[in-house]
Amino acid sequence: MELQLTEREQAFRKEVRQWLVEKLDGPFRHLRGCGASGDQDSHVDERIAWGKVMGAAGWNCIGWPKEFGGRGCTIKEEAIFNEEYVRANGPGRVGHIGETLLGPTLIHFGSPEQQRRFLPPIVAGDEIWCQGYSEPGAGSDLANVQTKATLAGDEWIIEGQKIWTSGALHSDWCFVLCRTDSDAPKHRGLSYILVPMRQEGIETRPIKQLSGASEFAEVFFDGAKARKDHVVGGVNDGWKVAMGTLAFERGASTLGQQYLFQQELEQVLEVAKLNGASKDPVFRQRLAAAWIGLKIMRVNALRTLEHQGADLSREALISKLYWSNWHRDLGKLAMDVLGPRAELIEGPPYELTSMQKWYLFARADTIYAGSNQIQRNIIGERGLGLPKEPR
Amino acid sequence: MDFSFSEDQNELRRAARRFLEVASSEDRVRSAMATERGYDPGLWEQLSEELAWTALTIPEEYGGLGMSYLDLHPLMEEMGRALLCAPFLSTICLGANALLLGGTDEQKEIHLPRIAAGETRLTLAYAEADGQPGPDGIEATYLKNGAGYVVEGTKHYVLDGHTADLLIVAARSARSVGREGVSLFLVRADSPGLKRAWLPTMDQTRRLASVELHEVLVPADALLGPEGRGWALCDQTLDLARIALAAEQVGAAEKTLEMSVEYAKVRHQFGRPIGSFQAIKHKCADMLTMVESARSAAFYASALASQGETDLTEAASMAKSYCSDTFFHCAAENIQIHGGIGFTWEHPAHMYFKRAKSSEVLFGDPVFHRERVAQHLGL
Repeated sequence: MELQLTEREQAFRKEVRQWLVEKLDGPFRHLRGCGASGDQDSHVDERIAWGKVMGAAGWNCIGWPKEFGGRGCTIKEEAIFNEEYVRANGPGRVGHIGETLLGPTLIHFGSPEQQRRFLPPIVAGDEIWCQGYSEPGAGSDLANVQTKATLAGDEWIIEGQKIWTSGALHSDWCFVLCRTDSDAPKHRGLSYILVPMRQEGIETRPIKQLSGASEFAEVFFDGAKARKDHVVGGVNDGWKVAMGTLAFERGASTLGQQYLFQQELEQVLEVAKLNGASKDPVFRQRLAAAWIGLKIMRVNALRTLEHQGADLSREALISKLYWSNWHRDLGKLAMDVLGPRAELIEGPPYELTSMQKWYLFARADTIYAGSNQIQRNIIGERGLGLPKEPR
Repeated sequence: MDFSFSEDQNELRRAARRFLEVASSEDRVRSAMATERGYDPGLWEQLSEELAWTALTIPEEYGGLGMSYLDLHPLMEEMGRALLCAPFLSTICLGANALLLGGTDEQKEIHLPRIAAGETRLTLAYAEADGQPGPDGIEATYLKNGAGYVVEGTKHYVLDGHTADLLIVAARSARSVGREGVSLFLVRADSPGLKRAWLPTMDQTRRLASVELHEVLVPADALLGPEGRGWALCDQTLDLARIALAAEQVGAAEKTLEMSVEYAKVRHQFGRPIGSFQAIKHKCADMLTMVESARSAAFYASALASQGETDLTEAASMAKSYCSDTFFHCAAENIQIHGGIGFTWEHPAHMYFKRAKSSEVLFGDPVFHRERVAQHLGL
């Protein structure tokens, strides 16, 4: 089941494949397959170096318009790229927050100066970004952000705390949603500010996840500074910008992600065949259901990619809820198929098998980037036009 | 494979919806439900003669329109949405497909033009007492008799079996077991020795019948497909019917979602529309997620079928299992969301709920189809 490709798209696929195979057989060979979900804190410095190699060859930010340093690729070409990338076992990309979230936001809302200053280093792989949204008191209720930014001369002085910030430890910059008007209603007094991470007023403390790894961190702002003109989209207009950032994900990465899922499912099928679980009628039902679920996920994605028009199709709206549930269920199925063996880890202190890693990490899938409950609100309100909760 | 409906297919859907909103309105469906026949012959005439739906997938050389199986998909969705009561699934998706897949040129020439014109209604009598869509339950037998055959046995759960003009009957040769020895025969409903009876069902929008064959003589040219190796043809036919039924389930499921959403917007409790409560909103969100995913499953299977793919096992089972679960889930949630009114005879929610259950079981339930996928995966 494939996308229908034009000759040009086929040539593009070939070009991507050749480049990746060549480069990943070279000095970056040992990075193959590392840094995926659940393993994002491994070999970070080398993966940053890899990002620069990709940038030099023009493979970062390929979906951005040419005038901003991208290739102007279509969503389909991006999907092809991502699929090939995963197929080649490319390492998890450290620069993806800059490429997929900040960059499109600046292209849409940023000033020409901001675009000139910040876009080229993202394309080159030179500057790594993280996202400063969530706070202890602002998770799903993002507009409840309390981190404060106060103008002092030419600078914003920032006080407060962010949490669950992925990649904070190795990021150069953070886009921080701050309260700049405490008297305004909660959605109105926010600003979207670009803050350098390597400065005195910022302290980053890694958070140990239930898997033992530390992919995210707490970030404390204690008199941290940002330039006055590094507000995106206007002072007190940050909510609109933050919501815009969330809307830029159009599913270019879905095919690549599904390729990974398929590899995981095939591992589970293999284990089931080896240990006899595949003879059990209940497991047969669950394994078949997982397979069916994955195939449907692929058709959903292909339908989304072929959807014409600027609006988000209904297939796109359901994507996050669908895949995160499927993946979480697969993790559970994998452990159930393993039976008592599922308990045994690789070794102390807490070295997990790859299956255990994605089993545990899948618990985050249904929480980050809009929890399942928030996804259902979005589907209900935007997809079905149901009335909002009175607030 | 192109993953979206064409403009022509969308237009066909719009036209079908306009027609069915009147011709298969709730009142008309309820009238049909109350009859033994189970459908309105005037409506059948309209949709075959005026709209040429029966001709849609039949090749032009046999008096049809020669359109693809994917072209049929939006039509099936609309029939499901309107709970259309008509022997379409039996005549076209079982009968015509079996003829197209396994018929001789002569058999096609005799039957297909009449089917396209709506003059002959067909069905496939595959199941018996156990109701399962596998070869093991077939106990009806056939014997060579001069130039023809004698068929003997009782078929059960025959879709529209009491009104069809022509029945395709699965029977086996003496002492054969499993897939081996199964043959299909085109048997005229008025054959001496053939007795049939309506089996009243919980879902009143679809009719089942039992068919008794007592020393029924059929001529040699009534054999459909290869003698003794007819199960493969039967199963292939069922796969095509499963795909069409899956599309029908998508349309019906989507209708129950729309009913729920409409109601959740206007029904007020605690001073606000119930759709503003997450408890209701999230149910609707899950329904939409399933409906769109079910559409993907059915679309993929329809598209594969229209590409002429002969092994549709995986795609058909994928579609039938997922769309069955989806329709049942949505129809059940629709009753829950409507509360007391959804539990009444007067409200149409129960008609969808009952159709969901009967469709779930028809041509193999989700457990059967997931097991089939498991086998396909080499498990």
